[in-house]
Amino acid sequence: MGEIILEMKNICKEFPGVKALSDVDFTVRRGEVHALIGENGAGKSTLMKVLTGIYRAESGTIRFKGKDFLARNPRDAQEQGISIIHQELNLLPDLNVAENIFITREPTKAAGCIVDDKKMHQRAGELMNRLSINIKTTETVENLSVAQKQMVEIAKALAVDSDILVLDEPTSALAENEVNTLFEIIRTLRNEGKGIVYISHRLEEFERIVDRVTVLRDGTYVDSMLWKDTDIDGVVTLMVGRSITEQYPKREAKPGEVVFEARHVSRGKVLKDAGICVRRGEVVGLAGLMGAGRTELARAIFGADPVEAGEFYLNGEQLHIKRPYDAIKRGMLYLTEDRKKDGIFLDMEVSMNITIGSLPYYASHNVIHEKKARKVVADQIRELRIKTPSERQIAKFLSGGNQQKVLIARWLCRKADLIIFDEPTRGIDVGARYEIYSLINKIAESGVGVIMISSDMPEILGMSDRIVVMCEGRITGEVTREEADQETILHMASNTHTRKREVV
Amino acid sequence: MTTIKEKFRSLDNEQLQRLTVLLALILLCIFFAFKSPYFLSADNFLLIITQTAVTGITAYGMVFVIISQAVDLSIGSTIAVAGVACAMMISAGIPLPLAILFCILLGAVIGVINGFCVSKMGLPPFVATLGMQMVLRGLALVVTDASPVYVTNSDFFKKIAQGKLFGVIQFPAIYLVVLGIISAFILKKTVIGRHIYAVGSNEDAAKLSGINTAKIRMFAYSYSGIMAAIAGIVLAARVNSGQPTIATGYECNAIAASVIGGASMTGGHGTVSGTILGALVMGILLNGLNLMSVSQNWQTVITGLVVIGAVYMDKLRNAKSGS
Repeated sequence: MGEIILEMKNICKEFPGVKALSDVDFTVRRGEVHALIGENGAGKSTLMKVLTGIYRAESGTIRFKGKDFLARNPRDAQEQGISIIHQELNLLPDLNVAENIFITREPTKAAGCIVDDKKMHQRAGELMNRLSINIKTTETVENLSVAQKQMVEIAKALAVDSDILVLDEPTSALAENEVNTLFEIIRTLRNEGKGIVYISHRLEEFERIVDRVTVLRDGTYVDSMLWKDTDIDGVVTLMVGRSITEQYPKREAKPGEVVFEARHVSRGKVLKDAGICVRRGEVVGLAGLMGAGRTELARAIFGADPVEAGEFYLNGEQLHIKRPYDAIKRGMLYLTEDRKKDGIFLDMEVSMNITIGSLPYYASHNVIHEKKARKVVADQIRELRIKTPSERQIAKFLSGGNQQKVLIARWLCRKADLIIFDEPTRGIDVGARYEIYSLINKIAESGVGVIMISSDMPEILGMSDRIVVMCEGRITGEVTREEADQETILHMASNTHTRKREVV
Repeated sequence: MTTIKEKFRSLDNEQLQRLTVLLALILLCIFFAFKSPYFLSADNFLLIITQTAVTGITAYGMVFVIISQAVDLSIGSTIAVAGVACAMMISAGIPLPLAILFCILLGAVIGVINGFCVSKMGLPPFVATLGMQMVLRGLALVVTDASPVYVTNSDFFKKIAQGKLFGVIQFPAIYLVVLGIISAFILKKTVIGRHIYAVGSNEDAAKLSGINTAKIRMFAYSYSGIMAAIAGIVLAARVNSGQPTIATGYECNAIAASVIGGASMTGGHGTVSGTILGALVMGILLNGLNLMSVSQNWQTVITGLVVIGAVYMDKLRNAKSGS
């Protein structure tokens, strides 16, 4: 670890009614991976937004490379040497890799009039080599996987010679093998003397990559320490201000008769003769790498995408599901993977978000009984312990965990036989995760069949009664909770006897 | 002082927006009152309400469509087609109620076709309804041979627009209020109304919540078509004839009224009460300009500018609440 390169001191930031940051300190040294952690709403993103010029702090000082630092906007910050790579990637999908890396600073010839394509691809190629990334610079970004896009973002940051890279939840959308590749790249950058700020909820990965960790809680600085002097339990205690004894709540598994079965589901190249079976009261974990077809299978069951072939049985009766509406009517519900994109109504009230899937229950002749609906909303907020100032709060102001609870509440308003959870805890902090797990268990105990899709291996192992593994659209294995371990599942998920996967 | 400030702060976006529009309305009134002594007379007030009726009624339909994150540019032409159809049927001796019913149905069908193009065929709303605008305007000109159809065989027809309740309140004002109440009720109290907001707020999420988004879009468009048809009948009754070239660009007034009233082109937001305020702003503006004898052509220029300004304000609102 080298000298201090960035020093933020006594940073304060206030929003109307909330003190988002009060007197927060944060320092980054050259050649370290510095994890910035805290529950959602602890102030991590706000702090990084202050750093990169999206917000202006009310007070406090920032020194970067020994000088006072102030960024007018993220681009200005990047030009001065601080780059941030967001969860939502900011690439232009229709342009190719090299064009994206050099956007607005394309190498030119003929007195700056013509883009020098050759030089641009050459320099992009050099960056790729430096990071040992194997992506063609002529590839259109749209065709890349999430992991590959992330790597292009990193290359883009390096093209302007950033000294500090902020990675916001870089692994949340990555599969295990992709995470390894990313970590290799991060190590390369660390050895080059860059300072890496690493924001992540996946504490179990810290062992492999993190040097130092700073903990925030409720907008205040809690502590900063070397990772080797602490452990997951230690930092979790600091994050939540109390100790969490178990990560996964216990549940007595009492699987009943088969409630749902899908057979021979095929759709283009993404699903090939896939099938899955769920019993009442059972949590079936659906594991696999990115692009294995898990979400596609869920969407096929739910009627969100048309399939070429497939048989679906609910309580032994064959179903013909054409659209989500049909599935929902039969009590088959799906919580989507991408909460913000196709789950929550961000600019709508909490009450509307909860009732929207079950309005006809509180309506006669199409007219809604306000009182009935309000009671249901109040019950759900209380029972699921959704933290919101009122039922009229706009959903985007809730934390990720509470948004997820709102979505669960939406489906709990209906009678269900099968609920599919797709990445139920992605981007959700430790404390809220435990509550979501408890809810899933409670739902299963009430006799509902549960399918839980997750890329988080410990979560799959901790929650499932049975684990089904997919790879390239096929079911490649199935194990019970007792037989399951990380290695077996990874082996099935990468399906080693099929052709060697292209590793990014 | 601080308490007023605090109170101001505690208002949510929607209330703040309503307040701004009200303020604009008052400022407009003061301005025109100074410019023309006739402006504040009771006669002129009734005239404004009557003039606002057409903009207001079409804006009710428009706000449904805008909330569902789309737009309906065929409104002006629908007005013309409905007016022409109504006048032709009455001239042909078809009883008035039947003619009206048929025109409303015609508006609904036009809306369903618009909705079909957008939701089933996947056309961008701008293009689909712009095409429909051309088609309908063309049809209105074709069936009338480009000349007005005068109603000579019915004294009742013009009463639709020119009649007065208790000899004071013009009928169009009543339509404005009644249709406003119905529209507000549908939007706020019914399942379909909530679903419109949901579709406009996040179509993917709406679909996965089990909402038949295509059906909702078709409903919003057919409601807009119905409102335009009613406005078309009222307008035709006012001039006692079916004019194929009437109401050109009226969709712009409707968009302006909706957006001034707080509807957002990005969908999911908008209210009927706001829309009435917006329609009043447009009505008073045009009325005042008339009194100041600003030419029709300049009024068109000003309307266009108001639309651009209103949508820009909406953009700013979104940018503010976005971060």
